[in-house]
Amino acid sequence: MANADLKANRPLSPHLQIYKLIVTMVMSILHRITGAALYFGTILMAFWLVCAAAGPESYQFAMDVFGSFLGRLVLFGFTWALVHHMLGGLRHFVWDMGHGFELSTANWMARATIIGSVSLTVILWIIGFIVA
Amino acid sequence: MAEFQLPKNSRMGEGKVWPKPEGATNTREYRIYRWSPDDGRNPRIDTYYVDADECGPMVLDALIYIKDKVDPTLTFRRSCREGICGSCAMNIDGTNTLACTKGADECSNEIVKIYPLPHMPVVKDLVPDLTRFYAQHRSIEPWLKTTTPEPEKEWLQSYEDRQKLDGLYECILCACCSTSCPSYWWNGDRYLGPAILLQAYRWLIDSRDEATGERLDNLEDPFRLYRCHTIMNCSQACPKGLNPAKAIAEIKKMMVERRV
Repeated sequence: MANADLKANRPLSPHLQIYKLIVTMVMSILHRITGAALYFGTILMAFWLVCAAAGPESYQFAMDVFGSFLGRLVLFGFTWALVHHMLGGLRHFVWDMGHGFELSTANWMARATIIGSVSLTVILWIIGFIVA
Repeated sequence: MAEFQLPKNSRMGEGKVWPKPEGATNTREYRIYRWSPDDGRNPRIDTYYVDADECGPMVLDALIYIKDKVDPTLTFRRSCREGICGSCAMNIDGTNTLACTKGADECSNEIVKIYPLPHMPVVKDLVPDLTRFYAQHRSIEPWLKTTTPEPEKEWLQSYEDRQKLDGLYECILCACCSTSCPSYWWNGDRYLGPAILLQAYRWLIDSRDEATGERLDNLEDPFRLYRCHTIMNCSQACPKGLNPAKAIAEIKKMMVERRV
């Protein structure tokens, strides 16, 4: 071959761009994203606690922030991230015990994770509104 | 590290649309990744039409049809045409599999898209460079290791112990699983990947092998073994129906069990 640095010129074959999305793969990606989102959510929680400790005015301020439409939307997302990451954690616990690797079971658990996390989040919020 | 975008020299462009076979009434469209080291161009996607009435049922039949009748420069590996050699592993219809055992009618799309195995250096067209993959296989020392004196005849194994190798010895090292794994995409230089770890497990649970501790020591590493995050792409892709994810989980269990 004429090309001296043949190896260096070799292209990388496409990967994410072309791979078909599989439910277990998508749940793995969501587990990562929700895990990262929980860091952000924990900051919100710390903010709320700090405000509560600082006195009634600042506590009221925090409650107003979280009570606004945008605040509630963020909290709703936080709830979902928490529930989704928890269910994902349970799925990983089953795997760490060496179970649930048959494709049918793994796919079932992946679907159960997303359906479960969305419905649990909605139920939690309905309960929240009823209690409030 | 995870690099989601392709490097500049690897981005794909539109390629040539090859003419339809004359007089064919039942054609199937194929879009195939092309790259040649000789012309200095970026990879591109060529479009081919295969006369399904004049062609066998498998995707490999279509590739051979194209090479014979349309474009002799199309380059791909193939040998046994019955799913035992692993040469024709490639990405078909979005999933890694063997072209010889994948029916064209099994594809979810009318247009069949074919790429080389993902996130690998391309030698030409559908031929990836598997040098590193084989070197990683070598690194787990895939042979029987013993310290006791050799028996006069063969090393004996009970029926039950032999059964433990089922689901492992069938691996043909086609690399479909390893190159389907995002962890292997991002950390393939240090993570061994599902195929090699399945092979590692095959020797770990072989009742005749006497180097279990040494083998586990070799895998006790944040990358070599523990980059597996149970994404399950490997087991979903395996054209032989094996379960590398489960084999990896068993190795992780062995790691814990030897400590307690």
